[in-house]
Amino acid sequence: MRRRWSGVIRTPLGLTAAVLTVAVLALAVLGPVLWGTGADVIDTDDILAQPSAGHWAGTDNLGRDILFRVLVAARLSVVLALLAVAIAVVAGLLLGCAPFLAGRRLGRLVSAAVNIAVAFPGLLLALFFAVVFGVGATGAVLAIGLAGAPAFARLTQTLVAGVAARDFVAAARVAGVGRLRILFRHVLPNIAEPLVVNATISAGNALLSFAGLSFLGLGVQSPSYDWGRLLYDGIGAIYVNPAAALAPGAAVLLAGLGFNLFGESVAKRLGIGTGPSVAPMARTAPAPEAHTEATPTDVVLDVRDLEVTVPGEAGPVRPVRGVTFQVRRGEAVGIVGESGCGKSLTALAVTCLVGDHGRVDATRLELLGHDLRAPDTAVRRGILGTSLAMVFQDPMTSFNPARRVGGQLAEVATHHQGMTRRAAADRAVDRLAAVRIPDADTRARQYPHEFSGGMRQRAMIGMGLMGTPALIVADEPTTALDVTVQQQVLDLLAAIRAADDVALVLISHDVAVVRDVCDRVMVMYAGRIVEDLPAADLADSARHPYTRALVDAVPDMTTDLSQPLATIPGRPVAPADVPPGCAYAARCPLADARCRAEDPPLTADPDHRVACWHAGEPLPDRQSADQLVESP
Amino acid sequence: MSELSFVDVTVRYGRTTAVDGVSLDVPAGEVVGLVGESGSGKSTLARAAVGLVPLAGGRITLGSEPVPTWGRHRPLQMVFQDPYSSLDPRMTVGESVAEAMPPGRSRATRRAEVARLLELVHLDPASAGALPSRLSGGQRQRVALARALAANPTVIIADEITSALDVSIQGAVLNLVRELRRELGLSILFISHNLAVVRYVASHVAVMRGGRIVEHGPAARVLTDPSHDYTRELLAAVPGRTTRRSQP
Amino acid sequence: MTPTVATPIRTGPLARPWVRFGARRLGRLLVSLWVLVTASFAMIHLIPGDPVRGALGPTAPAELVAARRQALGLDDPILTQYLHYLKGLVTGDLGTSLSSRLPVSDVVAQRLPATLALAVLAFLAAVVVAIPLGVAMGVLTRRGHGRRTELAFTTTSIIVATIPDFLIGVALVYVFGVRLGWLPVAGDDTAAAYVLPVFSLAIGPAAILARIVRVEMVGVLDADFVRTARAKRLPARTVYLGHALPNAVTAALTLSGLLLGAMVAGTVLVENVFAWPGLGSTIVQSILTKDYPVVQAIVLVYGVGVLVVNTVVDVALARLDPRSLIRED
Repeated sequence: MRRRWSGVIRTPLGLTAAVLTVAVLALAVLGPVLWGTGADVIDTDDILAQPSAGHWAGTDNLGRDILFRVLVAARLSVVLALLAVAIAVVAGLLLGCAPFLAGRRLGRLVSAAVNIAVAFPGLLLALFFAVVFGVGATGAVLAIGLAGAPAFARLTQTLVAGVAARDFVAAARVAGVGRLRILFRHVLPNIAEPLVVNATISAGNALLSFAGLSFLGLGVQSPSYDWGRLLYDGIGAIYVNPAAALAPGAAVLLAGLGFNLFGESVAKRLGIGTGPSVAPMARTAPAPEAHTEATPTDVVLDVRDLEVTVPGEAGPVRPVRGVTFQVRRGEAVGIVGESGCGKSLTALAVTCLVGDHGRVDATRLELLGHDLRAPDTAVRRGILGTSLAMVFQDPMTSFNPARRVGGQLAEVATHHQGMTRRAAADRAVDRLAAVRIPDADTRARQYPHEFSGGMRQRAMIGMGLMGTPALIVADEPTTALDVTVQQQVLDLLAAIRAADDVALVLISHDVAVVRDVCDRVMVMYAGRIVEDLPAADLADSARHPYTRALVDAVPDMTTDLSQPLATIPGRPVAPADVPPGCAYAARCPLADARCRAEDPPLTADPDHRVACWHAGEPLPDRQSADQLVESP
Repeated sequence: MSELSFVDVTVRYGRTTAVDGVSLDVPAGEVVGLVGESGSGKSTLARAAVGLVPLAGGRITLGSEPVPTWGRHRPLQMVFQDPYSSLDPRMTVGESVAEAMPPGRSRATRRAEVARLLELVHLDPASAGALPSRLSGGQRQRVALARALAANPTVIIADEITSALDVSIQGAVLNLVRELRRELGLSILFISHNLAVVRYVASHVAVMRGGRIVEHGPAARVLTDPSHDYTRELLAAVPGRTTRRSQP
Repeated sequence: MTPTVATPIRTGPLARPWVRFGARRLGRLLVSLWVLVTASFAMIHLIPGDPVRGALGPTAPAELVAARRQALGLDDPILTQYLHYLKGLVTGDLGTSLSSRLPVSDVVAQRLPATLALAVLAFLAAVVVAIPLGVAMGVLTRRGHGRRTELAFTTTSIIVATIPDFLIGVALVYVFGVRLGWLPVAGDDTAAAYVLPVFSLAIGPAAILARIVRVEMVGVLDADFVRTARAKRLPARTVYLGHALPNAVTAALTLSGLLLGAMVAGTVLVENVFAWPGLGSTIVQSILTKDYPVVQAIVLVYGVGVLVVNTVVDVALARLDPRSLIRED
């Protein structure tokens, strides 16, 4: 964590802000020491003078040097601001943590009170408290401090609620740890960073608010002076000596900026960084093809040497490294693999949806004979919009929450099929009925959040059926659904395929689903296809050690209960750490030196492709428990 | 002895009844699988048992005493579903595990105990000094198990502990569950939506739907010859029972 | 596992969820108004010492102070005073100014229009400038694009937002009033007199708003449903304007409500810089002269304004973004 904070100083913005902040703090400490006496020197012969060599910012109505006064005022301004922030933070913390510590009733009361207080702008509250506590520095500190408390309380509340919802807090409660201890041990350390950042920004704002209050005459009163008070005095003389106002104004500005920018830089650094970007896909002519075999006319999707490159922390990373396959009319192809193998990116790449997330390169990428690597045109959009249907994993977020479902379906028809709005709306209702959504007419006028998860997935499929798709690409379509709902969706997909000879590419981590639904299965590991075989052969005729291990590792209703479950030691390799040889070698019982040095190519047999130097060899017996001891 | 019993338990969230009059027993030393889909109330039942949500009716007992839901002596522990939320990212593995231990032991004793627990779940004892960010999902679930064991429980509730794990890692955790039951005599309430997984670890199975138990009995019987329609529906929905290929 | 179930189809007048939401929000408004009224009443009674003595000064004769206290009902029990105050509010009697002896409601009625004009114009200016700017920036700096643009824009908007409105006002007074003499810097007599005060008040909130809109837009452009829109191969214009924009604007709308509140507070400062004849300059004067009935009334007016605006924004938001209703339902 210290490394991350020091990284802030490396950015030019962070460095400037840090320097400003340190300078202000140093001034607060040293100002009165160095220039205290100089600031009090009265010279009635030289009042309201313009800037000169002797007085760089001129003099005030008692002949005192304004610049010295500005430098000395730093201490009071900073101290008052910090005091106010301290009050705001402490009060805010207490109010914000109260719902967590107190019971449900009291917590809700405090919450409601804070919500009401937050609605009022800070300055208004400050004025309110200024009336109660009276004008002057003490009153102003209390006013600004208490005025800032509701916002802090609200922030603390939100942060605390976020942490309290995590399972490790529940686990601590189940273990019997008291709430107070949980607050100090778990909650506060996990919310400290955003709180500190906000406190820093608040310090800047407090400084500015103080200046505002004093500027109105409600803050620091004579003979004390802070920057705001100097501004108040200076405004009166602005026509005679503008520097009298500009000097304290500049001081306030620089100090406030320093604090705020510092806080913002830290927030940016600790939050989500923007990261390096990869140049978008170059619009060059496709390279002449090395293979010139004629493509059979019933091939719907033709992919050759597909690669996807994305930006990574230490340079570009290639999660998809050379994928080649074809999908024929009416065929169902499954792509199976674990997290990080690149299957989802492959689906996005073949449907031209990678966009700004990365760069797609391929020797060939054709849908129904149309080259998908060519620049985007209206014609191509029309073809893709009507011949290709996509189903994504998360039904909760795949629909636009602010528009009705029927309209989102009808859009496809109005844009690509030239239908009128009326005709498109009717077709949308018809399609919703076709995917077995009851009361399709009424449902079409509802919003997505009124649909259940299964209904939303079916509506997604219906959206794809607005045209006449030749191919459906479904990326984990049923992972987020209950098993009975999954049945319905898979049945629906089967019915559509049977009715119109529609091809299907189904991506899933669930081997059982893929085996159930697909004619052919491709197994992916570390961005490559390691095996491509008929689904019927998965159980007994798989030849790649990973495929076999995967099939063995999934328990089904016939698994032998007397044996331990098969496992694969180690973890799936991250795209950034792909070794030069076979990516599976580290976890493979058959691996030898050649495997680790040379990456096996995919064999050419169209019915059963494998990428392994030891394909088909018998595996050794199950490992003993000792080998299962893991280290991080 | 240490039998966990739910007797006519009801739990409400506002106006909805999440658990409606559930009675269920987890006999000592047995693994009982609790199966159901989303909204069935199985997670709510678990949270009610450990005191995270209040009961609206019924009681939950361990042996003959009600399950203690306050104080440091907690013989009923729980392991949660999400491996990335179950460990405090700012505490080392050793600290997380030690937190669940009963208080009042010397530092040396605690350290030795942490090492013993980590070995029990087949993790390198040296990982006690590591932060969770360095562990995989499967390793984190093992740490969560070790933490639950640190409290010396008689019963553990496992709430979908393998659902968020990769297939290749899932098996190791399931093997561990069987092993712990065998070696420590733990009773386990194993909650899952995956029937094949439940079949592998549990000797008894209870099926929940809409806040009620619709069927329960020995796993072998319920999963091969169910008497309730819903159980039949669940079994039929397990992928692999039918095929939808165009070329079988 | 998706936890949602399909919403059953309802019929009848309360079928529209935003009507239910609106009713509930109205309830919350009434409670907040009550809290505000009680707080403004309590404000005077929390002040240590005697408010009348404070207003009249330490040298005023004791009988005058006593008589004034009697006239204002300050010797009655607190509850009686509170009820009297509430009754006064309902009938429009806000008391009498301690310094000018005029009815406070007259003072407020005279000064309110100027403040209202300033606040509304500044709000409109900020929204009209900030939202399109933020949207355009969002498109320019979406994922993988415009890193330098993002840095420049964010830094500039932070700096502009940090400069307090009164400082900007002072600088403008100096440049345009003292030096160039192009624009009037006091009073609201001519249309040109509005330029500088509106600018001072609007620029900071506009910078904050533009920044937030940009961040929201970038987030929305990365959202799943925008990917769906792209998957439907809709033209870019439709994706941005028909899908992304409405969802980005809802966050902007929420913030606009808050910014209006901040702007209301800003009028206090800006009016003082530009000698604007509104409530802002009045309240400061009244605090300094301890003319508490006036202070009380103005605090009330400001508070009511902020609360009403927040409620309107919430209800409008509910109408536009059905998701925000789910929590309440």
